Amino acid sequence: MTTATIAGVQVDLDAEGFMTDPKQWTKEIAETIARDNGIDPLTQKHWQVIDFCRADNEAKGTPPTVRRITKQTGISTKEMYQLFPKGPGVLSSKIAGLTKPKGCI
Amino acid sequence: MKKLLILGAGTAGTMMAAKMRRALPRAEWSVTIVDQDDDHLYQPGLLFIPFGVYDESDVVRPRSRYVPRGVELLLSGIDVIEPEESRVRLGDGTLVDYDFLVIATGSRIVPEETDGLTGPGWQKNVFDFYTLDGATKLHRALEDFTGGRLVLNVAEMPIKCPVAPLEFLFLADWYFHERGIRDRVELVYATPLDGAFTKPVASARLGSLLEDKGIRVETLFNAGSVDSEKRILSSWDEREVDYDLLVTVPTNMGAEVIERSDLGDELGFVPTDRNTLQAQVAPNVFVIGDATDLPSSKAGSVAHFQGEILEHNLLAAVAGKELAPDFDGHANCFVETGFGKALLIDFNYDVEPLPGRFPLAKVGPMKLLEESRMNHWGKLAFRWIYWNQLLAGREIPLVQAQLSMKGKETTAAAQAA
Ligand SMILES: Cc1cc2nc3c(=O)[nH]c(=O)nc-3n(C[C@H](O)[C@H](O)[C@H](O)COP(=O)(O)OP(=O)(O)OC[C@H]3O[C@@H](n4cnc5c(N)ncnc54)[C@H](O)[C@@H]3O)c2cc1C
Repeated sequence: MTTATIAGVQVDLDAEGFMTDPKQWTKEIAETIARDNGIDPLTQKHWQVIDFCRADNEAKGTPPTVRRITKQTGISTKEMYQLFPKGPGVLSSKIAGLTKPKGCI
Repeated sequence: MKKLLILGAGTAGTMMAAKMRRALPRAEWSVTIVDQDDDHLYQPGLLFIPFGVYDESDVVRPRSRYVPRGVELLLSGIDVIEPEESRVRLGDGTLVDYDFLVIATGSRIVPEETDGLTGPGWQKNVFDFYTLDGATKLHRALEDFTGGRLVLNVAEMPIKCPVAPLEFLFLADWYFHERGIRDRVELVYATPLDGAFTKPVASARLGSLLEDKGIRVETLFNAGSVDSEKRILSSWDEREVDYDLLVTVPTNMGAEVIERSDLGDELGFVPTDRNTLQAQVAPNVFVIGDATDLPSSKAGSVAHFQGEILEHNLLAAVAGKELAPDFDGHANCFVETGFGKALLIDFNYDVEPLPGRFPLAKVGPMKLLEESRMNHWGKLAFRWIYWNQLLAGREIPLVQAQLSMKGKETTAAAQAA
């Protein structure tokens, strides 16, 4: 684990750059991580996903899978890949200040 | 008379019927189990059917033969579960009420979840091996295969028996060698994972085995659609893989009855306490096997380990006592690697598969995470153990419900970290 300063806030990160404490997260952090991953600006649709991920993580203790996000928000998988290119599950989690979603075993 | 009702007479349900019939006094408790047909399928055997090692007669037996005396077996579809009424409605409308319910309805493949997968090429150039029908038809297709690119794709995680796709590829490598055409066959593994397996030590070992055998791995591949006329598999991030023969492990979901009863998560798996196996929906409902939403592997061995804990907790619940939070996610799987060898992995929620010996330190006789002939014999012996020990709810000597660190080399994990 390392610490870093993102958008003026000191945060704890794991080896792959995921935040380990969701309470340290701010909207400015989300915008910065998004920009670093080529997403700029964050649209209302992005925020809908981010807000859902954070609420669901709070309720369930783990970040949601893409399937769960699409089912619960009504945003299609195709759209998810447009919003968060390459890896929507991993990227939405990272921007939302959550841990890397675990692939089940 | 009090009633225990078990839904599903597959691996977990049949085993629980045997255990609970022994544990509950006959004068006070009836035990009833429901399944839709009388064909018990030994699913681990499906892996061998495409390669002609087993056929249908090796893997199907009547369920009724394995349901013990003193247990009522109802052969009927289950329409809906009503936990607030403590009752279940069967396909013909009959209502069956219960004091305690065990949900053991398993998981199934749903190829319709991937665009185009069941299109014109379904069972012509696209096959599954998670069903008896699929595995049997794939056997014929493999016999006719004379060369080209065979792609194995896992559509989405989680899947039951998460090592089965790797085993399929290892056996395919062996099979084409035996036929003398391995040099004319390209083997590709397209997986949504970022490596051969989910955990680092096993992923590295299995990854190098794939490499040694000349099997190409396409990682982080989330299947979006299949065009079976052009023979192209596409990912959501618009990568394309051409194939001559596509072997798919489609999306796995819980039984339809779970969805109909509104008891499942987005994949139809039942929210379950990860340590006690109690369903979140009601205190007199428990869940076992592939039907749970737990992050443990969906495997027969896991159902076996859960069985011991579930028996204890059902008896505790009946007596009004506290439940034991004892299920640790333990899984134990043989991984067939071809040419008469296999390796063995043993892990749980917290401890990833590590090298070493099993079940005893130094003597083994099984080797963990390393190929050996002994492990292959273990894999084949599992069929006998399944029908004779596991379904009867008997313990397997030396193998405990909870993971044991005996014989495991913990330095390997430290090195990988
Ligand atoms: C190819 C393959 C290879 C595998 N290899 C291994 C291995 O090597 N080792 C290992 O440990 N595990 C292996 N497994 C996994 C193992 O077979 C399963 O994890 C195990 O069978 C799960 O048991 P279960 O009782 O939860 O579900 P199942 O055994 O699938 O039983 C569920 C039952 O519920 C019934 N049911 C569902 N819905 C209804 C309804 N509405 N009405 C009536 N009945 C219903 C079904 O008919 C079925 O009989 C493999 C699986 C596959 C597919």
